[in-house]
Amino acid sequence: MRLGYYARLFGVQARASLTTAMQYRADFLVQGLTSLYWLGWNLVPLLVLYDDRTTVAGWSFGAALVVMAHFVIVRGILEGAINPSLGAVVEQIRSGAFDYTLLRPADAQFLVSTARFAPWRVLDVLGGVGLLIYAFVRLGQAPSPAQLGAGLVLLGAGLAVMYGLWIMIVATAFWVVRMDNLIYLLSSVFDAARWPASVFRGVWKVVFTFVIPLALMTTFPARALLGTVTWQAGIGCLVGALLVSVAARLVWRLALRSYTSASS
Amino acid sequence: MMRAARALPTLIRVGMVEAIAYRAEMVVWLLTTTMPLVMLGLWTSVADEAPFRAWATRDFVAYYLVALVVRNLTSNWVAWQISEEVRTGAVSGRLLRPVHPFLGYLGTHLGAVPLRAIAVAPVIAIMMATSARGVLVTDAAHLALVAAAIVGAWLLTFGVFLCLGSLGFFLDKAMGIIEVYFGVFAIMSGYLIPLALLPGWVRAIAQVLPFRSMLGDPVAIAIGRVPDAGDAARLVALQWAWAIGLLALATWLWRTGVRRYEAFGG
Repeated sequence: MRLGYYARLFGVQARASLTTAMQYRADFLVQGLTSLYWLGWNLVPLLVLYDDRTTVAGWSFGAALVVMAHFVIVRGILEGAINPSLGAVVEQIRSGAFDYTLLRPADAQFLVSTARFAPWRVLDVLGGVGLLIYAFVRLGQAPSPAQLGAGLVLLGAGLAVMYGLWIMIVATAFWVVRMDNLIYLLSSVFDAARWPASVFRGVWKVVFTFVIPLALMTTFPARALLGTVTWQAGIGCLVGALLVSVAARLVWRLALRSYTSASS
Repeated sequence: MMRAARALPTLIRVGMVEAIAYRAEMVVWLLTTTMPLVMLGLWTSVADEAPFRAWATRDFVAYYLVALVVRNLTSNWVAWQISEEVRTGAVSGRLLRPVHPFLGYLGTHLGAVPLRAIAVAPVIAIMMATSARGVLVTDAAHLALVAAAIVGAWLLTFGVFLCLGSLGFFLDKAMGIIEVYFGVFAIMSGYLIPLALLPGWVRAIAQVLPFRSMLGDPVAIAIGRVPDAGDAARLVALQWAWAIGLLALATWLWRTGVRRYEAFGG
Protein backbone atom coordinates (compact mmCIF):
# COMPACT_ATOMS: atom_id res chain seq x y z
CA MET A 1 0.00 0.00 0.00
CA ARG A 2 1.60 3.23 -1.20
CA LEU A 3 -0.04 5.47 1.37
CA GLY A 4 1.04 3.25 4.23
CA TYR A 5 4.53 3.13 2.77
CA TYR A 6 4.76 6.90 2.64
CA ALA A 7 3.33 7.25 6.13
CA ARG A 8 6.01 4.90 7.43
CA LEU A 9 8.69 6.70 5.47
CA PHE A 10 7.52 10.01 6.93
CA GLY A 11 7.79 8.49 10.41
CA VAL A 12 11.34 7.34 9.76
CA GLN A 13 12.44 10.70 8.35
CA ALA A 14 10.87 12.61 11.23
CA ARG A 15 12.45 10.28 13.77
CA ALA A 16 15.85 10.80 12.19
CA SER A 17 15.48 14.57 12.51
CA LEU A 18 14.35 14.23 16.11
CA THR A 19 17.32 12.02 16.95
CA THR A 20 19.69 14.57 15.45
CA ALA A 21 17.99 17.38 17.35
CA MET A 22 18.19 15.47 20.63
CA GLN A 23 21.97 15.60 20.39
CA TYR A 24 21.79 19.33 20.86
CA ARG A 25 19.48 19.53 23.84
CA ALA A 26 20.86 22.90 24.95
CA ASP A 27 19.38 24.24 21.72
CA PHE A 28 15.98 23.52 23.19
CA LEU A 29 16.49 26.18 25.83
CA VAL A 30 18.07 28.65 23.43
CA GLN A 31 15.28 28.06 20.93
CA GLY A 32 12.66 28.48 23.63
CA LEU A 33 14.09 31.79 24.78
CA THR A 34 14.53 33.02 21.21
CA SER A 35 10.93 32.07 20.42
CA LEU A 36 9.66 34.00 23.42
CA TYR A 37 11.80 36.97 22.48
CA TRP A 38 10.52 37.02 18.90
CA LEU A 39 6.98 36.67 20.14
CA GLY A 40 7.41 39.83 22.19
CA TRP A 41 9.22 41.54 19.35
CA ASN A 42 6.34 40.75 16.99
CA LEU A 43 3.93 42.47 19.30
CA VAL A 44 5.72 45.83 19.57
CA PRO A 45 4.42 47.38 16.32
CA LEU A 46 0.94 46.14 17.14
CA LEU A 47 1.09 47.70 20.60
CA VAL A 48 2.39 51.00 19.23
CA LEU A 49 -0.31 51.11 16.60
CA TYR A 50 -3.23 50.25 18.87
CA ASP A 51 -1.98 52.54 21.61
CA ASP A 52 -3.28 55.37 19.43
CA ARG A 53 -6.14 53.71 17.55
CA THR A 54 -9.03 51.46 18.46
CA THR A 55 -9.44 50.02 14.98
CA VAL A 56 -7.22 49.89 11.90
CA ALA A 57 -8.98 49.18 8.59
CA GLY A 58 -11.84 47.72 10.63
CA TRP A 59 -9.62 45.42 12.71
CA SER A 60 -9.74 45.74 16.48
CA PHE A 61 -6.69 44.97 18.59
CA GLY A 62 -7.99 41.53 19.57
CA ALA A 63 -8.82 40.58 15.98
CA ALA A 64 -5.41 41.78 14.76
CA LEU A 65 -3.87 39.71 17.54
CA VAL A 66 -5.62 36.61 16.15
CA VAL A 67 -3.96 37.25 12.77
CA MET A 68 -0.61 37.76 14.51
CA ALA A 69 -1.04 34.46 16.36
CA HIS A 70 -1.69 32.71 13.04
CA PHE A 71 1.43 34.32 11.66
CA VAL A 72 3.50 33.00 14.57
CA ILE A 73 2.06 29.50 14.12
CA VAL A 74 2.54 29.45 10.34
CA ARG A 75 6.05 30.81 10.62
CA GLY A 76 6.87 28.16 13.21
CA ILE A 77 5.74 25.49 10.78
CA LEU A 78 7.62 27.16 7.94
CA GLU A 79 10.88 27.32 9.90
CA GLY A 80 10.39 23.91 11.45
CA ALA A 81 9.10 21.78 8.60
CA ILE A 82 9.54 23.55 5.26
CA ASN A 83 12.65 25.74 5.26
CA PRO A 84 15.16 23.22 6.68
CA SER A 85 14.35 20.56 4.08
CA LEU A 86 14.07 22.83 1.10
CA GLY A 87 17.17 24.78 2.05
CA ALA A 88 19.02 21.48 2.10
CA VAL A 89 17.81 20.43 -1.34
CA VAL A 90 19.09 23.61 -2.97
CA GLU A 91 22.49 22.74 -1.54
CA GLN A 92 22.15 19.16 -2.86
CA ILE A 93 21.33 20.37 -6.34
CA ARG A 94 24.38 22.57 -6.34
CA SER A 95 26.73 19.88 -5.08
CA GLY A 96 25.24 17.08 -7.17
CA ALA A 97 24.27 15.01 -4.11
CA PHE A 98 20.71 15.24 -5.39
CA ASP A 99 21.56 12.23 -7.62
CA TYR A 100 21.30 9.99 -4.56
CA THR A 101 17.84 11.28 -3.78
CA LEU A 102 16.70 10.51 -7.32
CA LEU A 103 18.08 6.98 -7.10
CA ARG A 104 15.84 6.12 -4.16
CA PRO A 105 12.65 4.17 -4.84
CA ALA A 106 10.32 6.87 -3.50
CA ASP A 107 8.93 10.10 -4.85
CA ALA A 108 11.71 12.70 -4.95
CA GLN A 109 9.46 15.59 -3.94
CA PHE A 110 8.30 13.64 -0.91
CA LEU A 111 11.86 12.75 0.02
CA VAL A 112 13.22 16.28 -0.19
CA SER A 113 10.21 17.78 1.60
CA THR A 114 10.61 15.49 4.59
CA ALA A 115 14.39 15.35 4.63
CA ARG A 116 14.96 17.58 7.60
CA PHE A 117 12.87 19.01 10.41
CA ALA A 118 13.73 21.43 13.16
CA PRO A 119 11.70 19.92 16.02
CA TRP A 120 12.38 22.74 18.48
CA ARG A 121 10.24 25.00 16.35
CA VAL A 122 7.30 23.30 18.02
CA LEU A 123 7.90 25.91 20.72
CA ASP A 124 7.09 28.69 18.25
CA VAL A 125 3.86 26.97 17.34
CA LEU A 126 2.97 26.56 21.02
CA GLY A 127 3.73 30.25 21.60
CA GLY A 128 1.41 31.10 18.72
CA VAL A 129 -1.36 28.94 20.17
CA GLY A 130 -0.89 30.66 23.53
CA LEU A 131 -1.17 34.05 21.86
CA LEU A 132 -4.30 32.87 20.05
CA ILE A 133 -5.94 31.86 23.31
CA TYR A 134 -4.97 35.18 24.89
CA ALA A 135 -6.44 37.06 21.92
CA PHE A 136 -9.78 35.28 22.28
CA VAL A 137 -9.82 35.86 26.04
CA ARG A 138 -9.28 39.55 25.31
CA LEU A 139 -12.01 39.58 22.71
CA GLY A 140 -14.33 37.98 25.26
CA GLN A 141 -15.57 35.43 22.76
CA ALA A 142 -14.79 31.84 21.88
CA PRO A 143 -14.93 30.28 18.43
CA SER A 144 -17.77 27.80 17.96
CA PRO A 145 -16.84 24.22 16.98
CA ALA A 146 -17.85 25.02 13.40
CA GLN A 147 -15.63 28.10 13.32
CA LEU A 148 -12.79 26.13 14.85
CA GLY A 149 -13.19 23.47 12.16
CA ALA A 150 -13.32 26.07 9.40
CA GLY A 151 -10.26 27.79 10.87
CA LEU A 152 -8.28 24.55 10.88
CA VAL A 153 -9.30 23.69 7.30
CA LEU A 154 -8.31 27.13 6.06
CA LEU A 155 -5.06 26.99 8.02
CA GLY A 156 -4.34 23.71 6.23
CA ALA A 157 -5.13 25.39 2.91
CA GLY A 158 -2.85 28.28 3.81
CA LEU A 159 0.00 25.92 4.61
CA ALA A 160 -0.57 24.12 1.31
CA VAL A 161 -0.27 27.43 -0.54
CA MET A 162 2.93 28.25 1.30
CA TYR A 163 4.45 24.83 0.69
CA GLY A 164 3.50 25.05 -2.98
CA LEU A 165 5.18 28.42 -3.39
CA TRP A 166 8.31 27.20 -1.67
CA ILE A 167 8.45 24.07 -3.86
CA MET A 168 8.21 26.25 -6.94
CA ILE A 169 11.09 28.39 -5.72
CA VAL A 170 13.18 25.29 -5.06
CA ALA A 171 12.29 23.95 -8.50
CA THR A 172 13.81 27.05 -10.07
CA ALA A 173 17.09 25.93 -8.51
CA PHE A 174 17.24 23.24 -11.20
CA TRP A 175 17.56 25.96 -13.81
CA VAL A 176 19.30 28.75 -11.95
CA VAL A 177 21.53 27.19 -9.35
CA ARG A 178 21.95 30.10 -6.94
CA MET A 179 18.34 30.53 -6.00
CA ASP A 180 18.47 30.03 -2.24
CA ASN A 181 18.47 33.81 -2.01
CA LEU A 182 14.95 33.71 -3.34
CA ILE A 183 13.88 31.67 -0.34
CA TYR A 184 15.11 34.49 1.86
CA LEU A 185 13.28 36.97 -0.31
CA LEU A 186 10.04 35.01 0.01
CA SER A 187 10.53 34.63 3.76
CA SER A 188 11.05 38.34 4.16
CA VAL A 189 7.93 39.13 2.15
CA PHE A 190 6.03 36.57 4.22
CA ASP A 191 6.77 38.81 7.19
CA ALA A 192 3.97 41.05 6.00
CA ALA A 193 1.49 38.25 6.76
CA ARG A 194 1.58 39.30 10.39
CA TRP A 195 -0.84 42.08 9.49
CA PRO A 196 -4.45 41.62 8.39
CA ALA A 197 -4.37 41.67 4.60
CA SER A 198 -7.02 44.39 4.30
CA VAL A 199 -4.68 46.85 6.03
CA PHE A 200 -2.62 47.06 2.87
CA ARG A 201 -3.66 49.06 -0.17
CA GLY A 202 -2.41 49.99 -3.61
CA VAL A 203 0.73 48.24 -4.82
CA TRP A 204 1.02 46.22 -1.61
CA LYS A 205 -2.48 44.85 -2.03
CA VAL A 206 -1.68 43.70 -5.57
CA VAL A 207 1.61 42.05 -4.56
CA PHE A 208 0.20 40.36 -1.46
CA THR A 209 -2.86 39.08 -3.34
CA PHE A 210 -1.54 37.92 -6.70
CA VAL A 211 2.22 37.50 -6.38
CA ILE A 212 2.29 36.02 -2.89
CA PRO A 213 -1.20 35.33 -1.58
CA LEU A 214 -0.44 36.19 2.01
CA ALA A 215 -4.12 36.62 2.88
CA LEU A 216 -4.66 32.91 2.30
CA MET A 217 -1.93 32.03 4.79
CA THR A 218 -2.97 34.00 7.85
CA THR A 219 -5.86 36.42 7.36
CA PHE A 220 -8.47 33.96 6.11
CA PRO A 221 -7.81 31.27 8.73
CA ALA A 222 -7.98 34.01 11.37
CA ARG A 223 -11.23 35.35 9.96
CA ALA A 224 -12.67 31.84 9.95
CA LEU A 225 -11.95 31.57 13.66
CA LEU A 226 -13.46 35.01 14.23
CA GLY A 227 -16.51 33.94 12.23
CA THR A 228 -16.27 36.76 9.70
CA VAL A 229 -15.53 34.72 6.61
CA THR A 230 -18.25 33.88 4.06
CA TRP A 231 -18.77 30.40 2.60
CA GLN A 232 -17.86 31.66 -0.84
CA ALA A 233 -14.57 33.13 0.36
CA GLY A 234 -13.76 29.95 2.25
CA ILE A 235 -14.35 27.80 -0.83
CA GLY A 236 -12.32 30.31 -2.84
CA CYS A 237 -9.40 29.72 -0.45
CA LEU A 238 -9.63 25.96 -0.89
CA VAL A 239 -9.74 26.27 -4.69
CA GLY A 240 -6.74 28.61 -4.54
CA ALA A 241 -4.82 26.14 -2.38
CA LEU A 242 -5.65 23.31 -4.78
CA LEU A 243 -4.51 25.35 -7.79
CA VAL A 244 -1.22 26.31 -6.17
CA SER A 245 -0.57 22.71 -5.12
CA VAL A 246 -1.24 21.34 -8.62
CA ALA A 247 0.89 24.08 -10.18
CA ALA A 248 3.71 23.33 -7.73
CA ARG A 249 3.62 19.63 -8.61
CA LEU A 250 3.69 20.42 -12.35
CA VAL A 251 6.57 22.88 -11.99
CA TRP A 252 8.50 20.36 -9.90
CA ARG A 253 8.02 17.58 -12.52
CA LEU A 254 9.04 19.92 -15.29
CA ALA A 255 12.11 21.09 -13.39
CA LEU A 256 13.14 17.54 -12.55
CA ARG A 257 13.30 16.74 -16.24
CA SER A 258 15.90 19.44 -16.79
CA TYR A 259 18.09 18.32 -13.89
CA THR A 260 21.41 17.47 -15.45
CA SER A 261 23.00 15.75 -12.42
CA ALA A 262 26.52 16.21 -11.24
CA SER A 263 28.28 14.19 -13.90
CA SER A 264 26.73 15.19 -17.21
CA MET B 1 50.65 51.83 8.08
CA MET B 2 52.26 52.83 4.74
CA ARG B 3 51.78 49.32 3.47
CA ALA B 4 48.14 49.41 4.47
CA ALA B 5 47.59 52.73 2.71
CA ARG B 6 49.18 51.33 -0.46
CA ALA B 7 47.17 48.11 -0.34
CA LEU B 8 43.74 49.59 0.30
CA PRO B 9 43.02 51.08 -3.17
CA THR B 10 43.83 47.74 -4.77
CA LEU B 11 41.71 45.86 -2.23
CA ILE B 12 38.80 48.19 -2.96
CA ARG B 13 39.21 47.62 -6.70
CA VAL B 14 39.14 43.86 -6.11
CA GLY B 15 36.02 44.34 -4.01
CA MET B 16 34.34 46.27 -6.80
CA VAL B 17 35.12 43.58 -9.34
CA GLU B 18 33.78 40.93 -6.96
CA ALA B 19 30.60 42.91 -6.42
CA ILE B 20 30.09 43.24 -10.16
CA ALA B 21 30.73 39.53 -10.69
CA TYR B 22 28.03 38.59 -8.20
CA ARG B 23 25.67 41.44 -9.07
CA ALA B 24 22.54 39.32 -9.53
CA GLU B 25 23.02 37.73 -6.14
CA MET B 26 23.59 41.11 -4.60
CA VAL B 27 20.44 42.58 -6.12
CA VAL B 28 18.36 39.74 -4.68
CA TRP B 29 19.99 40.37 -1.30
CA LEU B 30 19.14 44.05 -1.52
CA LEU B 31 15.58 43.11 -2.41
CA THR B 32 15.26 41.07 0.76
CA THR B 33 15.22 44.29 2.75
CA THR B 34 11.47 44.45 2.28
CA MET B 35 10.71 45.27 5.89
CA PRO B 36 10.71 49.08 5.40
CA LEU B 37 8.41 48.66 2.42
CA VAL B 38 5.99 46.47 4.35
CA MET B 39 5.98 48.94 7.23
CA LEU B 40 5.55 51.74 4.72
CA GLY B 41 2.45 50.02 3.34
CA LEU B 42 1.07 49.58 6.83
CA TRP B 43 1.73 53.07 8.15
CA THR B 44 0.58 54.93 5.05
CA SER B 45 -2.76 53.09 5.30
CA VAL B 46 -2.97 54.10 8.94
CA ALA B 47 -1.94 57.70 8.32
CA ASP B 48 -4.35 58.00 5.38
CA GLU B 49 -7.22 57.49 7.82
CA ALA B 50 -5.84 60.23 10.09
CA PRO B 51 -2.32 61.44 10.93
CA PHE B 52 -0.69 59.21 13.53
CA ARG B 53 0.41 61.55 16.33
CA ALA B 54 2.48 64.17 14.49
CA TRP B 55 3.14 61.87 11.51
CA ALA B 56 1.27 62.33 8.25
CA THR B 57 1.42 59.97 5.28
CA ARG B 58 4.27 61.82 3.59
CA ASP B 59 6.34 61.69 6.79
CA PHE B 60 6.04 57.91 6.84
CA VAL B 61 6.85 57.68 3.12
CA ALA B 62 9.97 59.82 3.64
CA TYR B 63 11.00 57.93 6.77
CA TYR B 64 10.80 54.43 5.38
CA LEU B 65 12.23 55.26 1.95
CA VAL B 66 15.21 57.07 3.50
CA ALA B 67 15.56 54.15 5.92
CA LEU B 68 15.64 51.77 2.96
CA VAL B 69 18.32 53.87 1.28
CA VAL B 70 20.47 54.18 4.41
CA ARG B 71 20.14 50.51 5.24
CA ASN B 72 21.07 49.34 1.75
CA LEU B 73 23.95 51.79 1.44
CA THR B 74 25.46 51.01 4.83
CA SER B 75 24.86 47.28 5.19
CA ASN B 76 27.43 44.55 4.59
CA TRP B 77 27.74 40.81 5.10
CA VAL B 78 31.13 40.77 6.81
CA ALA B 79 29.77 38.98 9.91
CA TRP B 80 28.60 36.02 7.83
CA GLN B 81 31.81 36.13 5.83
CA ILE B 82 34.05 35.96 8.90
CA SER B 83 32.07 33.29 10.73
CA GLU B 84 32.02 31.17 7.57
CA GLU B 85 35.77 31.64 7.05
CA VAL B 86 36.48 30.75 10.66
CA ARG B 87 34.28 27.65 10.41
CA THR B 88 35.94 26.40 7.22
CA GLY B 89 39.43 27.53 8.18
CA ALA B 90 39.72 29.84 5.16
CA VAL B 91 40.63 32.60 7.58
CA SER B 92 44.12 31.09 7.87
CA GLY B 93 44.89 32.33 4.37
CA ARG B 94 43.96 35.85 5.39
CA LEU B 95 46.21 35.70 8.44
CA LEU B 96 49.20 35.02 6.20
CA ARG B 97 48.79 38.27 4.30
CA PRO B 98 51.10 41.16 5.20
CA VAL B 99 48.25 43.57 6.05
CA HIS B 100 45.63 43.33 8.80
CA PRO B 101 42.73 41.08 7.70
CA PHE B 102 40.26 43.84 8.50
CA LEU B 103 41.75 45.80 5.64
CA GLY B 104 40.88 42.97 3.26
CA TYR B 105 37.31 42.96 4.51
CA LEU B 106 37.20 46.74 4.31
CA GLY B 107 38.23 46.58 0.66
CA THR B 108 35.60 43.98 -0.20
CA HIS B 109 32.77 45.87 1.40
CA LEU B 110 33.82 49.39 0.37
CA GLY B 111 34.06 48.01 -3.14
CA ALA B 112 30.40 47.01 -2.98
CA VAL B 113 29.29 50.55 -2.13
CA PRO B 114 29.12 51.91 -5.72
CA LEU B 115 26.87 49.02 -6.74
CA ARG B 116 24.73 49.63 -3.68
CA ALA B 117 24.47 53.31 -4.62
CA ILE B 118 23.26 52.36 -8.10
CA ALA B 119 20.72 49.98 -6.58
CA VAL B 120 19.22 52.62 -4.28
CA ALA B 121 19.08 55.32 -6.96
CA PRO B 122 15.58 54.26 -8.12
CA VAL B 123 14.31 54.48 -4.53
CA ILE B 124 15.60 58.05 -4.30
CA ALA B 125 14.05 58.84 -7.69
CA ILE B 126 10.67 57.49 -6.56
CA MET B 127 10.90 59.44 -3.34
CA MET B 128 11.58 62.66 -5.26
CA ALA B 129 8.44 62.04 -7.30
CA THR B 130 6.19 61.76 -4.23
CA SER B 131 4.96 64.15 -1.58
CA ALA B 132 7.82 62.91 0.62
CA ARG B 133 10.10 65.31 -1.26
CA GLY B 134 8.78 68.23 0.76
CA VAL B 135 9.82 66.57 4.02
CA LEU B 136 13.51 66.16 3.17
CA VAL B 137 16.02 68.74 4.42
CA THR B 138 17.46 71.08 1.80
CA ASP B 139 19.79 73.48 3.63
CA ALA B 140 23.55 73.03 3.23
CA ALA B 141 24.29 72.41 6.92
CA HIS B 142 21.79 69.57 7.21
CA LEU B 143 22.80 68.05 3.87
CA ALA B 144 26.43 67.96 4.97
CA LEU B 145 25.39 66.36 8.26
CA VAL B 146 23.31 63.75 6.40
CA ALA B 147 26.35 62.86 4.31
CA ALA B 148 28.54 62.61 7.43
CA ALA B 149 25.85 60.54 9.15
CA ILE B 150 25.68 58.07 6.26
CA VAL B 151 29.46 57.64 6.24
CA GLY B 152 29.37 57.27 10.02
CA ALA B 153 26.54 54.73 9.80
CA TRP B 154 28.57 52.73 7.29
CA LEU B 155 31.60 52.66 9.60
CA LEU B 156 29.50 51.88 12.64
CA THR B 157 27.67 49.02 10.89
CA PHE B 158 30.98 47.69 9.65
CA GLY B 159 32.36 47.81 13.21
CA VAL B 160 29.31 46.05 14.65
CA PHE B 161 29.45 43.29 12.04
CA LEU B 162 33.20 42.88 12.54
CA CYS B 163 32.50 42.35 16.25
CA LEU B 164 29.75 39.82 15.51
CA GLY B 165 31.93 38.00 12.98
CA SER B 166 34.89 37.90 15.37
CA LEU B 167 32.65 36.20 17.93
CA GLY B 168 32.83 33.25 15.53
CA PHE B 169 36.26 32.51 17.04
CA PHE B 170 34.64 31.95 20.44
CA LEU B 171 31.24 30.46 19.63
CA ASP B 172 30.21 27.44 17.62
CA LYS B 173 27.03 29.07 16.49
CA ALA B 174 27.75 32.67 15.66
CA MET B 175 24.80 32.68 13.28
CA GLY B 176 22.40 32.43 16.22
CA ILE B 177 23.97 35.55 17.71
CA ILE B 178 23.47 37.40 14.45
CA GLU B 179 19.79 36.48 14.50
CA VAL B 180 19.40 37.78 18.04
CA TYR B 181 21.34 40.89 17.11
CA PHE B 182 18.98 41.56 14.23
CA GLY B 183 16.00 41.27 16.55
CA VAL B 184 17.43 43.93 18.85
CA PHE B 185 18.58 46.09 15.96
CA ALA B 186 15.18 46.09 14.26
CA ILE B 187 13.48 47.66 17.25
CA MET B 188 16.27 49.76 18.75
CA SER B 189 17.50 51.33 15.50
CA GLY B 190 14.15 52.57 14.29
CA TYR B 191 14.24 50.11 11.39
CA LEU B 192 10.80 48.76 12.22
CA ILE B 193 9.15 51.86 13.69
CA PRO B 194 10.44 55.43 13.97
CA LEU B 195 12.07 55.73 17.39
CA ALA B 196 9.90 58.76 18.15
CA LEU B 197 6.78 56.57 18.04
CA LEU B 198 8.06 53.88 20.41
CA PRO B 199 6.82 53.76 24.00
CA GLY B 200 8.89 55.91 26.36
CA TRP B 201 10.69 53.06 28.15
CA VAL B 202 11.78 51.41 24.88
CA ARG B 203 13.03 54.77 23.67
CA ALA B 204 14.99 55.19 26.90
CA ILE B 205 16.79 51.89 26.25
CA ALA B 206 17.37 52.79 22.60
CA GLN B 207 18.95 56.09 23.66
CA VAL B 208 21.91 54.40 25.33
CA LEU B 209 22.51 51.76 22.63
CA PRO B 210 24.49 52.29 19.41
CA PHE B 211 21.78 50.97 17.08
CA ARG B 212 19.95 54.28 16.72
CA SER B 213 23.10 55.82 15.26
CA MET B 214 23.12 53.09 12.60
CA LEU B 215 19.78 54.03 11.11
CA GLY B 216 17.24 56.03 13.09
CA ASP B 217 19.32 59.15 13.72
CA PRO B 218 20.64 59.57 10.16
CA VAL B 219 17.08 59.16 8.84
CA ALA B 220 15.68 61.59 11.41
CA ILE B 221 18.24 64.22 10.34
CA ALA B 222 17.46 63.67 6.65
CA ILE B 223 13.70 64.07 7.05
CA GLY B 224 13.97 67.22 9.13
CA ARG B 225 13.06 65.75 12.51
CA VAL B 226 16.17 67.36 14.02
CA PRO B 227 15.62 71.00 12.99
CA ASP B 228 18.53 72.44 14.95
CA ALA B 229 21.83 71.87 13.13
CA GLY B 230 23.71 71.88 16.45
CA ASP B 231 21.61 68.98 17.77
CA ALA B 232 22.11 67.12 14.52
CA ALA B 233 25.88 67.67 14.73
CA ARG B 234 25.86 66.25 18.26
CA LEU B 235 24.04 63.14 17.00
CA VAL B 236 26.65 62.69 14.29
CA ALA B 237 29.46 63.17 16.81
CA LEU B 238 27.91 60.52 19.05
CA GLN B 239 27.62 58.23 16.05
CA TRP B 240 31.26 58.62 15.09
CA ALA B 241 32.27 58.00 18.70
CA TRP B 242 30.29 54.74 18.64
CA ALA B 243 31.88 53.81 15.32
CA ILE B 244 35.41 54.33 16.63
CA GLY B 245 34.61 52.51 19.86
CA LEU B 246 33.13 49.48 18.10
CA LEU B 247 35.93 49.31 15.55
CA ALA B 248 38.39 49.28 18.46
CA LEU B 249 36.36 46.57 20.20
CA ALA B 250 36.33 44.54 16.98
CA THR B 251 40.12 44.81 16.67
CA TRP B 252 40.52 43.57 20.24
CA LEU B 253 38.02 40.72 19.74
CA TRP B 254 39.78 39.70 16.57
CA ARG B 255 43.23 39.69 18.20
CA THR B 256 42.01 37.64 21.17
CA GLY B 257 40.09 35.33 18.85
CA VAL B 258 43.02 34.71 16.54
CA ARG B 259 45.20 33.77 19.49
CA ARG B 260 42.59 31.22 20.52
CA TYR B 261 42.22 30.01 16.95
CA GLU B 262 45.94 29.43 16.62
CA ALA B 263 46.02 27.66 19.98
CA PHE B 264 43.38 25.22 18.79
CA GLY B 265 44.30 24.98 15.13
CA GLY B 266 48.02 24.57 15.79
